[in-house]
Amino acid sequence: MSEYTLELKNISKSFSGVEVLHQVSFQLRPGEVHALLGENGAGKSTLVKVMTGVHQPDSGEILLDGKKVHFSDTRETRQAGIAAIYQELSLFPDLDVAENIFVGRQPTTTGGRIDWRKLYADAKNLLLSLGVHLDLKQKARNLSIAQQQMVEIARAFSINARILIMDEPTSSLTLNEVADLFRLVHRLREEGAAIVFISHRLEELFELADRVTIMRDGSYVDTCSMKDVTRDDLIRLMVGRTITDLFPKQDVDAGETVLKVDRLARAGSFRDVSFELRKGEILGMAGLVGAGRTNVARAIFGVEPATSGSIQIEGQKVAITSPQQAIKLGLAYVPEDRQLHGLIPAMPITANISLPMLFKYAQRGWLQEKVERKAAYDAALQMEVRANNIWQTARELSGGNQQKIVLAKWLSTKPRILILDEPTRGIDVGTKAAVHALMSKLASEGMAILMISSELPEILGMSDRVIVMREGHVTAHFSRAEATQEKIISAATQAVTIGSVQ
Amino acid sequence: MRNSTPATQPVRSSLSNVLWTLVRYREAGISIFILILVFVVTLRAPSFLSTDNFNDILLNISILTIVALAQTMVIITHGIDLSVSAMIGLVAMMVAFVVKQNPEMPVIFAVLLGMALGSVLGMFNGLIITRGNVPPIIATLGTLSIYRGLVFFYSQGTWINSFELPKSFKLLSKGTPLGLPNMVIVAVLVALAVYYFLNHTRTGRDIYAVGTNPDAAPFAGIRKERIIFLVYVLSGLLAGLAAVLWASRFESAQTNTASGFELQTVAASVVGGVSISGGVGTVPGVLLGALLLGIIQNSLTLIRISPFWQLAAQGLLILIAVISDKWILNRVERTNQ
Repeated sequence: MSEYTLELKNISKSFSGVEVLHQVSFQLRPGEVHALLGENGAGKSTLVKVMTGVHQPDSGEILLDGKKVHFSDTRETRQAGIAAIYQELSLFPDLDVAENIFVGRQPTTTGGRIDWRKLYADAKNLLLSLGVHLDLKQKARNLSIAQQQMVEIARAFSINARILIMDEPTSSLTLNEVADLFRLVHRLREEGAAIVFISHRLEELFELADRVTIMRDGSYVDTCSMKDVTRDDLIRLMVGRTITDLFPKQDVDAGETVLKVDRLARAGSFRDVSFELRKGEILGMAGLVGAGRTNVARAIFGVEPATSGSIQIEGQKVAITSPQQAIKLGLAYVPEDRQLHGLIPAMPITANISLPMLFKYAQRGWLQEKVERKAAYDAALQMEVRANNIWQTARELSGGNQQKIVLAKWLSTKPRILILDEPTRGIDVGTKAAVHALMSKLASEGMAILMISSELPEILGMSDRVIVMREGHVTAHFSRAEATQEKIISAATQAVTIGSVQ
Repeated sequence: MRNSTPATQPVRSSLSNVLWTLVRYREAGISIFILILVFVVTLRAPSFLSTDNFNDILLNISILTIVALAQTMVIITHGIDLSVSAMIGLVAMMVAFVVKQNPEMPVIFAVLLGMALGSVLGMFNGLIITRGNVPPIIATLGTLSIYRGLVFFYSQGTWINSFELPKSFKLLSKGTPLGLPNMVIVAVLVALAVYYFLNHTRTGRDIYAVGTNPDAAPFAGIRKERIIFLVYVLSGLLAGLAAVLWASRFESAQTNTASGFELQTVAASVVGGVSISGGVGTVPGVLLGALLLGIIQNSLTLIRISPFWQLAAQGLLILIAVISDKWILNRVERTNQ
């Protein structure tokens, strides 16, 4: 019996000539939670896919319990007891929750007929044991991102794996759900399973992981025991330089009110939402996933207009019924789901950036390509987008770079009011710091920013003021000085309103 | 249908509740449309409701149903098989030729031969699409011409006529030893088999999975290429079966047999609620789609719409059916929320 459950030795992997993994080694012990850390594009996800048989390494060895193995697809790794939650959601939108959990390995009777009764019963028990409440017959298409992530987790747990790989399983979960997940991970570890855990939230790693392996630019950097490292060590190892300030918020004297929302409501999603947003200010909007924050943002931006209440922009009462109108009023909205609402993955960077401003680049119905290209190029340059050229499609870029494209797109509209919905979700530390620095700069130049975030350090670090939503209404307002983690969690989860209402 | 099972509800007696429950079925929209059409046509031509006419409709839609079910499996994987009509033409010609040469051969061999030939043609489609990485619409557009061209090559431009075919072969489709014409029974059996396959086997569910999210299939251990290859083989197999029935029913094999038929199969699928973007489609829906197409064709003649107008009227009715179906579905989804 080997010391390691799974061992990767000098794994290299290239895609169309570009080396994504270079001689990476990784050792996983039974009964440990092993964190895998690195910036976006460091090769973590590719390494995960090598472990699960989605990709085959060009060179190097994989040892399972000390024996050399070759995985040609995920069936084989599954039989070997390896399960994974992948970073990109891999659900089947038109299949229901229960079937999504068991797809590809539905329980069958001896005749090969799918045992639907058993499938639904198993799914029900599994979700019960995970503490998740979901309608088994709901199609995955109709689930929120957090719910989809819970289904992914259920799918991985249903395999009874002895090696469980989790690639950013918490990126869209609320604190409570994360706590539930951690309990499950602890339980699995006690049962002797080995867990590979990927997360950009360093706090989580300190809470959960025993050891950490750090990767940078497709290469192995170091493996350490979590007890022996500090947060700063990890960031230094991961980035290769020191990031001094993750939340570089400058103090700004807020100017006049730019956006005033008064008793805004939309039937079935939120009600009685009032707040003011001033020039040069970052207003943080905290709350659990599903509290209605995104719905408020979408209502203000005219995607799903409010059904009652009023919106004033610079003192003028406006009725915003379409995003086009919102753009003309100087609003910009960077949505939560980059892939779905923020980008057109198959189109090149240029087209993605110029999209909201096409009317400006078109004359008498003809697109002035030179002007469009120049504007997109400047915006991409300003955002320091890392790409081969501006004709690359958005799909080919890493998550951080995609987010930069979305930001570049909306900043090119020169908005006065910027609504950011989870601006740094699933983004590595380096890009995150860059996005925060940009927000701070924009605010100091007088832009009014409404930032929805489920990450408390981000809310606390970046906001001048904080409002908290719960179940479709605002439960608390805090100033920067008043806001604490405890107060916000309490306002997001309980009916009691704490803090001063201004 | 498992996917369309309405939410369980306490049974209430009022008629509106019963109707509401019915409407929650995915196939409600098209059923309602069919009922309205039947009602309107019967007012104009009461003979529409006669048993003879009904048998006529069933006979007419049997082949369409078989091939539309094949087409449906392909479309669920987000593909399309435009070559079905040419496969029917080619297989019908080859089988008719063999039957003409060997009139004493038991007809079941003709059926098996047709299915085997169709499968080979389907495999060819599947290989081009999975190995050659050619989009299905392009690949089958190509083989549509190739297979049709082979009909001419094989037949040297000649037809096989009724008098050249043995009686047993001609009775294969129309005989009624079991009360209904054999062809109708075959269509029902095919529908049951496809229903079972799509809903109660892993491979069947994999077809839906591949269609609804092809990128995620490998993560779930589904061998995407195999599934896609398989649906084109099945499409060929059922087209081969349809070809034998076609030659038997029309008692001939011509160079242009089934020409243009591929669009009818697509229409029956789509009218029956199969999503052209993949992942969605049910067997009962497709049966209703084929039935609607059959009723439309039959009734336009009955109510004496000029033949010059029939094709356009057919298209118009199909569009109305699809639009009203979408409308009803939207209403249902809104009330379900």
